[in-house]
Amino acid sequence: MSEDIILDIDDLRTSFFVGDNEVKAVDGVTFQVPKGKTLGIVGESGSGKSITALSVLRLIEDPGKIKSGSIKYKGEELTKVKNSRMRQIRGNEISMIFQEPMTSLNPTFTIGQQLRESFKIHQGLGKKDGTKRAIEMLELVGIPSPEKRVDQYPFELSGGMRQRVMIAMALACKPDLLIADEPTTALDVTIQAQILELIKDLQEEIGMSVVMITHDLGVVAETCDYVAVMYAGKVVEYADIYTLFENPKHPYTVGLLNSLPRHDKKQDELIPIKGNVPAPDEMPTGCRFAPRCPFASDICKTLPELEDLGNGNEVRCWIHTDQWDGDKEVQLNAK
Amino acid sequence: MPNNTLLNIENLEQHFPIKGGFFGRTVNHVKAVDGITFEIKEGETVAVVGESGCGKSTTGRAILRLDEPTNGKVEFQGKDVLSMSKDEMRKMRKDMQIIFQDPYASLNPRKTVRQTLWEAMDIQNVVPRKERNQRIVELMETVGLQRHQIDRYPHEFSGGQRQRIGIARALSVNPKLIICDEAVSALDVSIQAQVLNLLKRLQKEFGLTYLFISHDLGVVRHIADRIIVMYLGKIVEIGDTEAIFNNPQHPYTKALLSAIPVPDPRNKSQRIFLRGDVPSPINPPTGCRFHTRCPFATDLCRTDEPHLEQKNPEFDGQHEVACHFALDIQSGKHEAQYEMYNVREVLDDEAEDATTAEDEAFSKTEK
Repeated sequence: MSEDIILDIDDLRTSFFVGDNEVKAVDGVTFQVPKGKTLGIVGESGSGKSITALSVLRLIEDPGKIKSGSIKYKGEELTKVKNSRMRQIRGNEISMIFQEPMTSLNPTFTIGQQLRESFKIHQGLGKKDGTKRAIEMLELVGIPSPEKRVDQYPFELSGGMRQRVMIAMALACKPDLLIADEPTTALDVTIQAQILELIKDLQEEIGMSVVMITHDLGVVAETCDYVAVMYAGKVVEYADIYTLFENPKHPYTVGLLNSLPRHDKKQDELIPIKGNVPAPDEMPTGCRFAPRCPFASDICKTLPELEDLGNGNEVRCWIHTDQWDGDKEVQLNAK
Repeated sequence: MPNNTLLNIENLEQHFPIKGGFFGRTVNHVKAVDGITFEIKEGETVAVVGESGCGKSTTGRAILRLDEPTNGKVEFQGKDVLSMSKDEMRKMRKDMQIIFQDPYASLNPRKTVRQTLWEAMDIQNVVPRKERNQRIVELMETVGLQRHQIDRYPHEFSGGQRQRIGIARALSVNPKLIICDEAVSALDVSIQAQVLNLLKRLQKEFGLTYLFISHDLGVVRHIADRIIVMYLGKIVEIGDTEAIFNNPQHPYTKALLSAIPVPDPRNKSQRIFLRGDVPSPINPPTGCRFHTRCPFATDLCRTDEPHLEQKNPEFDGQHEVACHFALDIQSGKHEAQYEMYNVREVLDDEAEDATTAEDEAFSKTEK
């Protein structure tokens, strides 16, 4: 089994230390990414999904710190490797696409210069060969007249094209794992459709694994094989895509699906989740979701573990355990 | 549903000048909204949808004269809004309120909830001073805030709660029409559903009319009675919500709907990919504005501008579309000019087009 897992994260904890306060952004996250597959991480703002991604590449800056836990990439413990090894991995074996195509590109360098940089660092290509590869990559992501674009600056490109440049850059060294952090959130839907299709296409072509971070359940259904649902720094449910949408096991997942306005069918009403995500300094000690959960009971004051329900479906909720002391007939139906 | 027209928009134009040259002369115009006509009836929710730059927000702002429209007619309850003086306009705004997208930017950070709502009532002089505090508490409860939060500042609230303050502010003057400009777009889904339900409840309770501007078609299907689809400053399709979703007729509406990812892993819709990006609104394409990206475009589309027309006379609701070939495309008589379901081919086509255009430009300079 372990050979088929490209990324194995176990009990990862990343915190930010501000004054005497510790903000636990990622608070015990566990999941695996199967090789060649796409794992979606969904959650609302503040659930810790982006910090999880940044932790994998060790891009957490002061005052943040990875406190404990393990991140195994092909069996190699990333939390322990030297910085020099980490630099080899970043961009070469694991790459990342960020949400904002404008702020993630350097405005003072041309597209070509920025693409050449990674060829130079990871593959030792010179200017001429680098430019040739850069043009090839731009062509691969479907940018019109790449010979011309390669000498242009980011501001000369539209949003969709910039995001395609980001993808070209992320894929430049044919990584084994791509982490895409809300890659299409800033884009219009027609452009989003192009970008998602392109990532899928390229994934098949070079056989990479993908971690897709998003808040959009539509994007998840469209692109992912497996999903980890995060809430307040923890994974609350992990399942394959069909189980998640057809048979969700965590009340939060059910709540998300019920509050989603759908364009593909007529709904009578939306059933929102009551209340708000708790502030980091008011985090409940038991189940993080208990204050908003319609089924919460006494036992929810104790934090449940992520339990395996079989078939690789894991859920962090007392309802599915023998200790459950609330309503036995809980209906976890997504409408 | 009552049939009184509340808002009537005719041929509304909003052209923003571009200054340039030596003397700061106007060298050109951004044609953000370019002649749109529609009406809103009392008590209904009309949604304006489209991608960034299509002019949907500009439309909302122009109606309230937050930006002065260049041309056209805006009638509210039969009164001409555009010819009003500043004073009359201020009184008018009591009936027409707006909720903005960004709940962080649209509230004054130095004013508490009480001060924010008080100011709104003060300007419109709606509630006697003595009763104002009572009214503020009522408003807060109506939108789901608690009375003990009355003296808090915006930074003490979450995004969803701030949007509720924005809604309370709009409600405080008892408006008839509320323009919601991407009012729920910045919110997480669980909170977004709360606010959508609140807006629906308030509509029933106070008989409100909404002009709902949004790019999210899921939200729109849920809240709107009628939908206006805009592209590059023009209306391309307008009609009853279910008619638009079940039977979209304009190729742009079809592409837009097909592009939205469906939250159902077993139901992956066939997707129409559009070539290229939205053209510049400074020099919009001639004829049909969508022809540069339309898989069905012909020479007619490049020269003749289509007008909004009800294509199916048997349909008893409203469903108008601005496309020369809407019916022929539907019946299969008019076929696409290129493969539109494969992203690779679409992108390759686009690249080829760009190269030929460049070659032509190059050969011209050679001559």
